[in-house]
Amino acid sequence: MSFDEYHRREFRQVGRRVPRPDGVDKVTGRALYGADMTAPGMLWGAILRSPHAHARIRSIDVSEALKLDGVKAIVTGADFGEVEDESIRDIRDNCMARDKVLYDGHAVAALAASDPRVARKALKLIRVEYEVLPHVTELEDAMKPDAPVVQEGRVQETVPPGMSANVTSYCEFGHGDLEAGFAAADHIVEREFRTAATHQGYIEPHACLAAVTADGKADLWCCTQGQYMVRSVCAAIMGMEASQLRVTASEIGGGFGGKTTVFIEPVALMLSKKAGRPVKIVMSREEVFRATGPTVHSRSRIRIGMTRDGRITAAEARLYYSGGAFPCGTVEMGAQAAFACYDLQAVRSQGWNVLTNRPKEAAYRAPGAPVAIYAVESVVDELCQHFGLDPLEVRLKNAARKGTKSSYGPTFPDIGLVATLEAAKAHPHYAAPLGPNQGRGISCGFWFNFGGNTCVTLNINPDGTVSVTEGNPDIGGSRASISLMAAEELGIPYDRVRTIVADTASLGYNDVTDGSRVTFAVGLATIKAARAAIRVMCERAARIWGIDPEAVEWKDGAAVPAGPNAGKFPPMTLAEIAANSFRTGGPIAGHHEVNADGAGVSFGVHICDVEVDPETGATRVLRYTVFQDAGKAVHPDYVEGQMQGGAAQGIGWALNEEYIYGADGRLQNPGFLDYRVPVASDLPPIEPVILEIPNPGHPYGVRGVGETGIVPPLAAVSNAVSRATGVRMTELPLSPPRVLAAIRRSRATDGA
Amino acid sequence: MSRIHVATRINGDATEFLCAPEETLLDALRNRLGLTGSKEGCGTGDCGACSVVLNGRLVCSCLVLAAEAEGAEIETIEGMAEGESLHPLQRAFIDHAALQCGICTPGILIAARELLKRNPAPSDEEVRYWLAGNLCRCTGYDKIVRAVQAAAAEMREG
Repeated sequence: MSFDEYHRREFRQVGRRVPRPDGVDKVTGRALYGADMTAPGMLWGAILRSPHAHARIRSIDVSEALKLDGVKAIVTGADFGEVEDESIRDIRDNCMARDKVLYDGHAVAALAASDPRVARKALKLIRVEYEVLPHVTELEDAMKPDAPVVQEGRVQETVPPGMSANVTSYCEFGHGDLEAGFAAADHIVEREFRTAATHQGYIEPHACLAAVTADGKADLWCCTQGQYMVRSVCAAIMGMEASQLRVTASEIGGGFGGKTTVFIEPVALMLSKKAGRPVKIVMSREEVFRATGPTVHSRSRIRIGMTRDGRITAAEARLYYSGGAFPCGTVEMGAQAAFACYDLQAVRSQGWNVLTNRPKEAAYRAPGAPVAIYAVESVVDELCQHFGLDPLEVRLKNAARKGTKSSYGPTFPDIGLVATLEAAKAHPHYAAPLGPNQGRGISCGFWFNFGGNTCVTLNINPDGTVSVTEGNPDIGGSRASISLMAAEELGIPYDRVRTIVADTASLGYNDVTDGSRVTFAVGLATIKAARAAIRVMCERAARIWGIDPEAVEWKDGAAVPAGPNAGKFPPMTLAEIAANSFRTGGPIAGHHEVNADGAGVSFGVHICDVEVDPETGATRVLRYTVFQDAGKAVHPDYVEGQMQGGAAQGIGWALNEEYIYGADGRLQNPGFLDYRVPVASDLPPIEPVILEIPNPGHPYGVRGVGETGIVPPLAAVSNAVSRATGVRMTELPLSPPRVLAAIRRSRATDGA
Repeated sequence: MSRIHVATRINGDATEFLCAPEETLLDALRNRLGLTGSKEGCGTGDCGACSVVLNGRLVCSCLVLAAEAEGAEIETIEGMAEGESLHPLQRAFIDHAALQCGICTPGILIAARELLKRNPAPSDEEVRYWLAGNLCRCTGYDKIVRAVQAAAAEMREG
């Protein structure tokens, strides 16, 4: 029996809605986030940013700034040394420009001063001489042969010849005979779609506190999704050994993928090294918008053929993504995800990445998938309308299931899409009546889910309580989930377990909190660490009883003799074994290190009702229901929270949110007033429906749940608006002017 | 740089500090007084993470000058619980999982308490409109509305 495999079991702890262990700290203001830490002698850092979208830096004169009383150190790109790895070099150059600035907001210099106001004043005294270069901020312009080249020499060999030097990579996935597939269709729809770049919009701006000491050691406190990633990247950029840099993850005020890289941390370290004092940097919201991870903006062309009874015969996607001024691989994930929901005989998806003078893209919840699946699900909906078919029935007819060869290669094991679609079909929402100017949209969604490198240490304390040490920041309640799984496996109450997040010096390497991996992979490692501790505890009981360790098993939180031949002894509880541990061989612990595989793909289905005001083009979401397969919901409240939060972000993406660049190449809306994320009064209650189709690759059947929820809303909302207005929408966001223009165009055509 | 002396009362405690003329109340709370429970999400009054009560009025402390705190009564998240006894809203937020990352939570709790002072039995829509100035990016607001209603019901009974 493999420990990794799922076996049906009755849960005693897992599945309970327990209070989270960090709850009291977070409702009393005691929890310490990125900007909340201080150090003796601390300086305040500030960063000077480019006002130009594209310019060569001719010179930087810091002499006047250095003269200002209180200014202790200034750094520019020239202070940072060579880095071998290309992806880390890109991160370095994104943190601080070298010879060229590549987007509005790109950092060009930074300083540290005794007071934040002195720092801000000093920034104005730095003189930068720019040679302004032609810029390109829109993907379609950047693909033209005569477009300004954002970065020379970045084109990969995969790109077909003859394209602009801004097209840096090409990918292709699929199988089957497309031509024959389209020939078998009764109708083919081909459409082009556009989506704007959006920002993760975490409420906590990036913040860090760096302290480099004279002996070359350094400590770094920061809000991040992965302290080990911060250590690896910063150590490489600083030319340090990883062991000399200890990174502590603060509580994190949202990330959604945007805190899976670094922006200010190497700058703070360099300033601290130069000044010989701790340096704190806190970004402003404007800096967050101008210089940190928006998602891609995209253009796509989708072609799908269908028989009149609703079977998809062939499907093709061409995806063009721009992740800003540095090459990015997000389009590959989009191309792989595009048709993952369907069981297709003939399918092809192609992707191209395009450079533009915009900030470097950072991951955003299911990166690449939402915009690809939005376009695909829009065309599927249009085909359903064409044939007068029920959109859920059509999806059921074509749904990927166990044994389906997925469009991106692997053959699916047990997956939850059909069950999720059936649940949506049976839900009262799907049958509820609609009024005038109202429409109902549905969409499927998919995410791969990751596992990855994970370490967990589990200590049995002498008083019979348990401490779990893990290495992934708790971004949405994971400490509670991990404690629940430890308690489940050990057979003890939840409140006897406390889970803490370690710094990089206290535990081995852990991948970042991404890919919906934590509850799956850290949970897996926690269960195995608990089993390791159980083995030790059984040995200790055997020693006390004077029987063979193999003759002891673990049951309901206690060691018991395995069968009548082992001898007659009353159960020895975890607490009793722990209390005797100093006399039976010393402290008891279990640990587990793994590169976890078998994460188990995740599917969701969303139903969205909207009403569109035909006079203004404004859309109101009236009702919203999310169906998602969680494998096993370890803490249902926080599973629901992921589903609801993902839906809310997706609704924002569909209706309001967009990066708007002016002709001058500058971001026009770097603030929450003009970049409008959904507020409480914008949204209806979002009803979550959890499905539990166990993941065969996890002992409890757990699947990651963090990302799938943001995938369906784009098409669910757009399909609802399209049906409410009778006009097929093909561009996001569906802001009122855009919807109104589409309605008017349609009326003009109808009238003609 | 000249400094202004401010004498104020925060969560019932007499407090004095020096600040720059252009310094915000939020910066003074966080950087001079160590009250880091109020958060800065935007600095422009759009996100509500810095919500405090100034002389009985709900304000964004990033839009108030520190010098305006002279002679004022200020209430922050640090004063919401009484010793170890959490406010019903604080308990309800934990019980209903109304927080994920928790960065918006202090501001939302302060704002929600002010709502319930003025309207002990709000409709869901009234809760949503009252909290429209407090951004939460994690929850989609659903569990927040439920937690506020649960606390309101408890406080009405209590």
